[in-house]
Formats: sequence, C-alpha cells, structure tokens
Amino acid sequence: MDDNHIVEIRDLVKNYPVGGGHFTALRDVTTDLVVGEFTGLVGPSGSGKTTLLNIIGGLDAPTEGSVTVLDMPLGGKNHKELAHLRREGIGFIFQTFNLLPVYTVFENVEFPLLLIGMAADERKELVDQALEWVGLTDKVKSRPAQLSGGECQRVAIARAIVKKPKLIIADEPTANLDAKNSHNIMQILVHLNQELSTSFIFATHDEKVMGYLTRIIHLIDGRIDEDEHISEPEYRKGK
Amino acid sequence: MLRFLIKGVFRDRSRSLFSLIVITLIVALTVFIRGFMAGIFDDVFRQSAVIFAGHVKVTTQAYTKEADLLPNDLAILGADSLVAALAQQYPEMFWSSRIMFAGLLDVPDEYGETKEQGPMLGFGVDLFSPESRMLEIWELERKIVRGRLPEEPGEVLLGETFATRLGVEPGEVATFIGASMYGGFVTYNFDVAGTISLGVTGIDKNILIADLQGVRQALDMQDAAGEIVGYSHDMFYDDPASVALAADFNVNVDDPDNEFSLFMQPLRDHTQMGAMVDIAGYMMGIVILVFVAVTVLVLWNLGLMNGLRRYGEFGMRLAMGETKGHVYRTTMGEAVVMGIVGSFIGTVVAVPLIWYLQEVGLDYTGLFEDMTFVVSNIIRARLTPDCYYLGFIPGVVATVAGTMLAGRGIYKREMSQLFKELELEA
Repeated sequence: MDDNHIVEIRDLVKNYPVGGGHFTALRDVTTDLVVGEFTGLVGPSGSGKTTLLNIIGGLDAPTEGSVTVLDMPLGGKNHKELAHLRREGIGFIFQTFNLLPVYTVFENVEFPLLLIGMAADERKELVDQALEWVGLTDKVKSRPAQLSGGECQRVAIARAIVKKPKLIIADEPTANLDAKNSHNIMQILVHLNQELSTSFIFATHDEKVMGYLTRIIHLIDGRIDEDEHISEPEYRKGK
Repeated sequence: MLRFLIKGVFRDRSRSLFSLIVITLIVALTVFIRGFMAGIFDDVFRQSAVIFAGHVKVTTQAYTKEADLLPNDLAILGADSLVAALAQQYPEMFWSSRIMFAGLLDVPDEYGETKEQGPMLGFGVDLFSPESRMLEIWELERKIVRGRLPEEPGEVLLGETFATRLGVEPGEVATFIGASMYGGFVTYNFDVAGTISLGVTGIDKNILIADLQGVRQALDMQDAAGEIVGYSHDMFYDDPASVALAADFNVNVDDPDNEFSLFMQPLRDHTQMGAMVDIAGYMMGIVILVFVAVTVLVLWNLGLMNGLRRYGEFGMRLAMGETKGHVYRTTMGEAVVMGIVGSFIGTVVAVPLIWYLQEVGLDYTGLFEDMTFVVSNIIRARLTPDCYYLGFIPGVVATVAGTMLAGRGIYKREMSQLFKELELEA
C-alpha cells in the first residue's frame, strides 16, 4: 500500500441477495483515499454511498475486489479484527449523534478511549483537548438532553476525534442541523482536518457540506461517475 | 470500563431503579412465600408434635394399638430410667415422659356440690425438672391468660375456654374423675393455678395441663408414663431423620410376642401425619416451583425489555469498535450485578417480615371459634435456611437469562445495517 494512501479500493463489487437473485450496490469501484483528504461521497439515494462507507469502516464485507484500510486488507478478516481496526484507527460521526444519554459530555467523549484501555490521566488530557477543539469546555458536565442539536453533534465530533484516528467516517453529519449549525460543524471539521491531518470521508446530500470538500466522488448506480478534486473549496472563496 | 458501565446503570433509572424495584419485589415475595408456607406447615407439625406425637414417641406395643383410648393400664414402667437411656443413646433429641389421660372435671360450688362438669383431656408433662424443656416448647408462660404457672405438682392449668365454660377461677379447686392405671376409680382434687390459650380452638375447649408427678400421683402411676416423647433440639421436624431413628430403635427392642415391648413411632406415623408430611412437601415444592417459574418469566421479560431498549446504544458501541463479545459480556455483567443487588435487597426486606411472623405471628382466633381441627390460631412463618438464598434463583438466574436471550440479538445483528439503524434510533 502506498504510504500516502489511507484507503485503497480495487475492483470492488458488493451484491446483496434479493429474492432468488441479487442486487448490486457497488460495481467495479476502484479508488484511493489519500492522507488528509476531505472527501465526500455524493449521489442520489441507492447510489451506494452508505454501502461504500460501511465497507471502508469494516461494517460490511466486499463481494469481490479488495479493500485496504490503514494498511489492513479487509478481505477475510473476522469480526474481532475489524472491531480492532475501528477501535484504533477510525472515528465515526452519525447523522443522529447517537450520544449515550445517561453520560455527561465528558464521559461520552471519553468512551472510545476506555475501549482502547487508556489510563485515566491520559484520557482526561485528550478529552479536554477534544472538547476545546469543538468549543464545549463549558459543557463537560452537561448531559446530551441539556444540549442543542448543534452542540450534540459537536460532542459526537469530539468523540470521533478524541483518539486522533487517521480516518473519520461521517454519514450525513449535518442532515439534522440547521444551516448555521451545519456551517459551524463543517468549519470545526475542516479545522481538525488541517490541524491533525485526519482524513475525512462523508456520505452527504447536503450542498453546504459540498462547499467544504476537497474531493467529491459522485456515485451513480453503484459506480463512480465522477471523481472531482477541488483545489479551492467554495468556503475558501467566500473568505 | 467497569466503573463507566456501572455508573451508566445507576444513572439510567429505567435500567437501575425500575429493574431493582421489580427484582426486589419479586425476590421479597418469593422468599416471603417460602417462609410463610414453611411456617404454616411447620406449625401444623409443631402443634401436633408438642400436643400429641412428639417428633418421635415411645410407647408399649399394646398402648400404640389402642392409643385412641389413652390406655394408661398399658403404660411404660421404669419410664425415668428409659428416658435416661434414650438420652444417652440418641442425644440428637431430648426426651421426656408424659401421661395423657381423660375423664371428667368437676367444679364444686361453695357447698361442695357439682357446679359445673365437663369432659377433659389431660396432659401430665414434666414441668419442674431442671433439664425439662416442656415449659419452653408448650410456650406456657406466653400462653397464660389468667393466673400463673403451676408451682406444685398438684396445681394445673386449664384451657381458658374450658375454665370459662366451667366457671372456675385460678385459685379454686377442680376435681378430676377418672380411672387409675390399675383401673380403679379416681377422684383427685387439683388446684387451678391459671388458664391458658394454646391457640388451638379444639384443644382449648377441654385441656388440662399438670406436672407429670402430680398426674402420676393422681393416677397411681409411679415411675410410669403413657408415652415418652422425643424432640429435635431445634424443634424442627426432620422427617427422614425421625423415621431412621425410630427404625433403629425398633430393630433393637421389637418383640412381637410381648405386647409390653417398646415401640417407637415418628410423627409421620401418628394418625394421618404421614400423608400430611408428604402433602406439605409436595405442596411447598409445587407452590415454590410455580412461583419461581412465574417470577422467572417476569424477570426474563425485564431483561429482554432492557436489552431491546438499549439496541441503539449497543449499535453505537459496535460501530465504535467494541466487539460483540465484549458488549454481550458487559451486558451480562450488569444483569448479574442488578440481580445480586436486587436479590440481596429483596431478601433483606423479606427476612425481617418472616422473622416477625415467626416470633409474633398473626392471630386469627376470632375467625374460627368453633373449629375442632388441631391447627394453631396464630399464623407463623418460619425462617428456614433456604430463605437466605432462595430469592437469588429468580433474582439472578432469571434476570441473567432474560438478558442472555436479549443479548442474542447482539450477535445476530447485521453490522452493515448499523448506520441505517442508528439513524432510526434517534
């Protein structure tokens, strides 16, 4: 695997059984994601965005072809090895935040570090840092129910970023947010992308998100229709 | 991680408080039912053992055959030395001679004429020997209604109902009219020391309790006893042990050709007590089994509901890299902790209740004034050793089983659906 590549996908095909036959969600997908890219998977419903995110995140297995993520070929890997990959190297941001309601902001962000068995003092340092990145240092003891939607998504971002993963997978991260909060969230993500060199891959329909992307992969019917590299994203033009 | 999860359990009230309340109530109820039923049945055995049968009882063969007639002419001679021998041979029980006798009790007026008269059932029990536990097991001190305990061999206690019916007061004289051991006509004046209520309506109507020596004197039965009764030291009837002890005794003394040879019977061989012992065992087993089965279903369902309610949380944890095995194990761990804590609290709640009912009891005398069956008028529970652990069976096992079943969903979960599922959870 090329040192500069964080994800390598070759001739990927994904079929799902439907009735007696199968439905092809992805066909002949070949692409690489480079370290530090801010990539969006864009396309209509059923185009294969979420399927591709699932496969990159080790949540689903390819039918054909090969996928290598963070130097680990995913083919033939068992559930535990894939869980280890996600735990150590990948952060997830969900459309609906999926925070644990009974825990405080601090504890929600701390959770991924507990999974990797980090010591308490080190955890505290990293959580404080992550909360500072997302601007929630004054909410450490709040519960999710006491936060706005935008704040919840910032907590989710802190949770995804706290272990400083090399790759963050985000499925429609702004879908439940208003325009102002969407822009705030994207600015935070761009900032983290630049500061930590963390690679981001989004599945999105949101035009506001697209304005921040440095690469847009257009998917149609499970194929890459267009792979667009953007040297100057829209948000920079507006500055 | 463990602390983190425990923190979550206790903060989530529907996972902790609600679950704890349900487990606690169910465990408390299970334990209480167990103690209550043990008390009910034990009370039946205890009453019968104290009043009639002992846990084991030694009589002559002939006396046994005609026991209903209280045939003191067939009594054991040399009873005192036999009691000493039994105590030596079977120290797991304590032994005491006693005489049951029947006749009329006549209460005279101030002119010495019969004022009132009635049939009586007398018990000559050892009230005064220092080693005797008869006062204790008959609970006479507690059951005194009027007057006091006998202090002399010639003093007696009468059932309160009996004394009221005869119109005799403590301090007055009542005359026993009956037959001696040798068949002679006997009239003997007893001084009424007090009245008692045993809490057994059928017995309280005609009972007379006197010291063994007084009765021996009245019936001309020196060193004789109609029966020698043996009781386990903790007064808990152990049916297999009593049967084995009686069998052991009978092997050594049985002589079919001698009607005065000794014979020991366990409580279960007294009238229909055997069937009662068996029925008690079966009923208690069935009731406990049904109750535990129902509670298992309830707690199983609770575990299942909790598991399903946390479907989203499990999905998020899986997506973030927690293994299915770890999610499953931590969930089981939580169920074990909740089960143990709930069972402990439930047991702590139930045990004092059982203890209270064991020591104080629930008096329902007023409900069954005309009852002749030998059952105590005071409902008592019994704190058996299994009361301390029985509740943990539904409390822990069922909760864990429910969680285990719900947890199967963790393994069956399609990881590829997590993003979609988690979108739906919010």
